[in-house]
Amino acid sequence: MKYLDEFRDPALAAALLDRIRATVTRPSVIMEVCGGQTHAIVRNGIDQLLPDKITLVHGPGCPVCVTPMSTIDAAMHVAQLPNVIFTSYGDMLRVPGSTTDLLSLRAEGADVRIVSSPLDAISLARSCPNRHVVFFAVGFETTAPATAMAVLQARTHRLTNFSALVAHVLIPPAMSALLQLPGNRVQAYLAAGHVCTVTGIEPYDRLCREFRVPVVISGFEPVDLLAGILSAVEQLETGESRVTNVYARAVGAAGNTHAQDAVTRVFEVADREWRGLGSIPASGLRLRSEFAAFDTALRYDLSPEETADPSPCISGDILRGVKRPFECPAFGTRCTPESPLGATMVSSEGACAAYYLYHGRGRHSARERIT
Amino acid sequence: MNDRTQGSPGSPTGPSDSRPTIQLGHGSGGRMTADLIRTVILARFANPTLAALDDSAELNIDGARLAFTTDSFVVDPIFFPGGDIGDLAVNGTVNDLAVCGALPGFLSAALIIEEGFPVSDLERIVSSMQRAARTADIQIVTGDTKVVNRGKADKIFVNTSGIGVIGRNVDLGPGRVREGDVVLVSGPIGNHGIAVLSQREGFAFGTAVTSDTAPLTPLTQSLINSCGHNLRFMRDPTRGGVAAVLNECAAGAAVQIEIDESAIPIDPPVAAACELLGIDPLHVANEGKLIAIVDASAADMALEALRSHHIGSRACLVGKVTAAGAGGRVTMKTRLGARRIIDVPLGEQLPRIC
Repeated sequence: MKYLDEFRDPALAAALLDRIRATVTRPSVIMEVCGGQTHAIVRNGIDQLLPDKITLVHGPGCPVCVTPMSTIDAAMHVAQLPNVIFTSYGDMLRVPGSTTDLLSLRAEGADVRIVSSPLDAISLARSCPNRHVVFFAVGFETTAPATAMAVLQARTHRLTNFSALVAHVLIPPAMSALLQLPGNRVQAYLAAGHVCTVTGIEPYDRLCREFRVPVVISGFEPVDLLAGILSAVEQLETGESRVTNVYARAVGAAGNTHAQDAVTRVFEVADREWRGLGSIPASGLRLRSEFAAFDTALRYDLSPEETADPSPCISGDILRGVKRPFECPAFGTRCTPESPLGATMVSSEGACAAYYLYHGRGRHSARERIT
Repeated sequence: MNDRTQGSPGSPTGPSDSRPTIQLGHGSGGRMTADLIRTVILARFANPTLAALDDSAELNIDGARLAFTTDSFVVDPIFFPGGDIGDLAVNGTVNDLAVCGALPGFLSAALIIEEGFPVSDLERIVSSMQRAARTADIQIVTGDTKVVNRGKADKIFVNTSGIGVIGRNVDLGPGRVREGDVVLVSGPIGNHGIAVLSQREGFAFGTAVTSDTAPLTPLTQSLINSCGHNLRFMRDPTRGGVAAVLNECAAGAAVQIEIDESAIPIDPPVAAACELLGIDPLHVANEGKLIAIVDASAADMALEALRSHHIGSRACLVGKVTAAGAGGRVTMKTRLGARRIIDVPLGEQLPRIC
């Protein structure tokens, strides 16, 4: 497959692994930010093939994992309201709130529908004028532009029966916050390539300068990831810290300016609560006041109160890169995808789900489990 | 069979026996389905024939070995690229008989139709069933028709049951699988699931993927005739996909199965759709594919037998049984030479966010 098989080429991957092995001399901890990268690393067994001196830790780039319980509960509340069609990306349907999840609500009669784009929700609102269509707007810089376009379309069509429950978050502030945590282990980042297709490189230049941390913009195929790891290791070995882009086929320096413009028109930056990480300043997006009519939270007067998360899940430590899934005492025993204690096991992009799916339920490292 | 889902992997947020209501994931063919069957159904219907949990029940009647099976079809949409609910209902039941080593003979067809359903669509579906029956060389000899109030069913549901005769010397099942055996697949995987998904509202990929729905009898009979006792196990990987079948076999045989990622045939449009949605093609349903496990000495003969039919022309060897007593584990050797677990899908497939 053009632009896919080339980046899965075993010979090229082997050559990159050889270069990594030849380069590394000291222990290093590299965080891949995006849950998609985590899954690709574990699915392809890259973690098994790297030298022992390299530790990959898994970042907060899983939109399902970082959406706080209070927002999930708000979604449950709205989905059960009469006359509401609740639309969402598929991933969010299985995430448990305090008492239930969207799959269960759908089974009990709530009109919960999966969409692949918020523009589908707009089409639904136009075709069902007597129903109110809510779109659950989760995700990072990658999905925020589509939400912005949907809101702009809603205004253009003068829709009064569409709103968005906005929970968009921004990755660079979270990366910055992680580096400032006590006990931070992260020495270099693999930045999420899909986010960078929208944002470009500039936000990472600031991060790199401020914290002197290598940031490598990487894709999701084995060769992308290995090239990213090699670049990070080379910088760590020489004491450098630059932003390097090994995903140039998708990421330009300026990013997608049209998408950025749409986001800027519709949203403003706000403080945001992250599940497992707490409140991070200027790390979220909220609708500007001129679009208040499309804000589900305002329409239904949703309380922003934080819901207590009583779970013993250590996903906060996982998302901060402090621990890895197999270091959790509940992993694979009390916590499985069928009976998850937290979002990192529920989400298809969660680190715990990746380890469970691809390495099994054993509470030990991939090398011990698979080989 | 495919359950009606809006999208694709879904998953439970808890074990099925803790859920107060049935969810779509309970009909997905994954772990939720297995849990539901085990906890709610098996305990009540318990009998030795059912306990085998094969695709067909084997009945011994006056010395004859009969295979008996039933399946309900609720696919959405009812018309999809490469087929419809009619030929799916015939082929699905024919295949459940065929993979148990039976020569399918006779089917029943029961229709549950929603009030207001167009007669022209019903004619189209029944014609499709008739063509599929002729192709599979079986007869539909009995049936039933029910109509329910508008809104009480989704257009049309079809149930087919079937019987067939199992050859005297056929001996198949997970219990016959041995270390050293090899795993064959009759062609590219995932086409049916992606074809159906592509037609659903919101998932129009614009790809040219068509369902692979087809009767497998020519392939299964060829394997039986060419391999004899070297043929250990056959299954059609429908709901739950290849992953579910291999895990079922590994658990039943108490062996470890290892498949080779680079050997698994997947058509590029299917691979692209799976990439886009974050779905593992090993979890996607097929309706005209066969997984067979044979003694390694019969691998070439088995491949030749499969490839002699057009629906098996792209058959290939994808893995091997690597260890006995290994607790039913399925692993994959990745393109990079590492290994990963291949698990059973949990429930309904839910496309990822980004």
